[in-house]
Amino acid sequence: MTDQAYNFAYLDEQTKRMIRRAILKGLAIPGYQVPFASREMPMPYGWGTGGVQVSAAVLTPKDTFKVIDQGADDTTNAVSIRTFFERTAGVETTTSTEEATVIQTRHRIPEDPLTEGQILVYQVPIPEPLRFLEPRESETRKMHSLEEYGLMHVKLYEDISRHGHIATSYAYPVRVEGRYVMDPSPIPKFDNPKLAEMEAIQLFGAGREQRIYALPPYTQVVSLDFEDHPFEPSKADHPCGMCGAKDSYLDEVIVDDEGQRMFVCSDTHYCEARQSAGHKGKDAA
Amino acid sequence: MTPLLSVYGISKRYGPHIGCAYVSFELYPGEVMGIVGESGSGKSTLLNCIAGHLPPDEGKVVFDTRIEGPKDTIAMSEPERRMLSRTDWAFVHQHARDGLRMGVSAGGNVGERLMAVGERHYGDIRSKATDWLGRVEIDASRVDDRPTTFSGGMQQRLQIARNLVTGPRLVFMDEPTGGLDVSVQARLLDLLRGLVRDMGLSAIIVTHDLAVVRLLADRLMVMKSGRVVEAGLTDQVLDDPQHAYSQLLVSSVLQV
Repeated sequence: MTDQAYNFAYLDEQTKRMIRRAILKGLAIPGYQVPFASREMPMPYGWGTGGVQVSAAVLTPKDTFKVIDQGADDTTNAVSIRTFFERTAGVETTTSTEEATVIQTRHRIPEDPLTEGQILVYQVPIPEPLRFLEPRESETRKMHSLEEYGLMHVKLYEDISRHGHIATSYAYPVRVEGRYVMDPSPIPKFDNPKLAEMEAIQLFGAGREQRIYALPPYTQVVSLDFEDHPFEPSKADHPCGMCGAKDSYLDEVIVDDEGQRMFVCSDTHYCEARQSAGHKGKDAA
Repeated sequence: MTPLLSVYGISKRYGPHIGCAYVSFELYPGEVMGIVGESGSGKSTLLNCIAGHLPPDEGKVVFDTRIEGPKDTIAMSEPERRMLSRTDWAFVHQHARDGLRMGVSAGGNVGERLMAVGERHYGDIRSKATDWLGRVEIDASRVDDRPTTFSGGMQQRLQIARNLVTGPRLVFMDEPTGGLDVSVQARLLDLLRGLVRDMGLSAIIVTHDLAVVRLLADRLMVMKSGRVVEAGLTDQVLDDPQHAYSQLLVSSVLQV
């Protein structure tokens, strides 16, 4: 079959309409998980089937599309999803954060601040923040509707009692507009402050779990904590080895079998843009 | 004095079978009520209906709430009832596993109710949890251990601590000493008696063990086939049972 045999952006129009409805409902109730009839996609669950469906529903032919996987534009997941939409939608693609109008992301928020008019689509493995504390879906829904969120703090309590500090470092639970507790997908807690008051629209899609949730622009998002153990966004305490940035989230890369390691920005576009602007880290060739 | 809890004509049927039928009683502050009867006599059904775990077919359960005074808990909205059941009420299950979070440390188990009512200071939660572990005779060094590492008696005491930490006014207990060996039972009863007296708790205790009610309960109801056949002061009922079934029950206790 040729690529032209598919509808624009792979999904049929009825499906996109159904997903858009879920997105609109999600935007109207920030942080609320809207069920939707997730479709079988030509990729395995866990590879971003939820994010792909949300992207397909919001893409227009004039959009410029960017995909990142853990911050990187050049890893398998990012490359294959980018190619998928190049073939089925024929949209422009880019690696530049500023030029993109729709950015699909797995586990990171780009370092460059996003602006009005942009849409950030997250791939979500488990949308329910209470899942590992309360396995019954019927019960967690009730807890959300009655705002019974004491259990979320039990998880943080356990962290402190075991490790002396809140050791949850990714998928750190947040409270949206003082109402719903939300799982921000497995982004590092370093990125949590960027969720709040963001100018761009943030959409979260979980394909296997069949849930969509959203944050409209300029939404209040607060990370949960204790009064005597306040929330702290954390990162490796090093500058980037390639571009020398001190304010970006870093990956630790092992470079040989003698214990040598280097820290580099996980956001590849941010790092490359800084390098071409003349910034240099200590490990740059 | 207004009763803390008034139960009017509670009935629950399971199809053609009667769970419990037309049970009414009043419970005053500081009073402990025992409900005894053989297996299948409707004790647990009654308790679950009163505690809001089962919807009864008929009847009213009026609780004297702190803010609004006497209120029918069955007609109450669900959020209100759930709020009540984690502040003014407590429920001690027969099996500690039903009432505890087995994957969470002892301190987290005790702290859960505090966090559920809005406590957000780790140090305070922890010191309250440690204090309560002490009160139920669990060593403070076990505060970070999971209940899976505890013995049956310790699990039951932990469950009691977890329930009493928010200072409830009414405690429901479903066979609190069931499944424990006699020496552990005796210690638990001693502990419960102390806590009930010190905190001025009201309690409804369901049991088939007459020794438990003799020790703890001020008043007693004897149930058979879903109906109350005899009610009165504990010592009166146990020493001079009037109904044939109560006589049978009292005479069935093994004398050592």
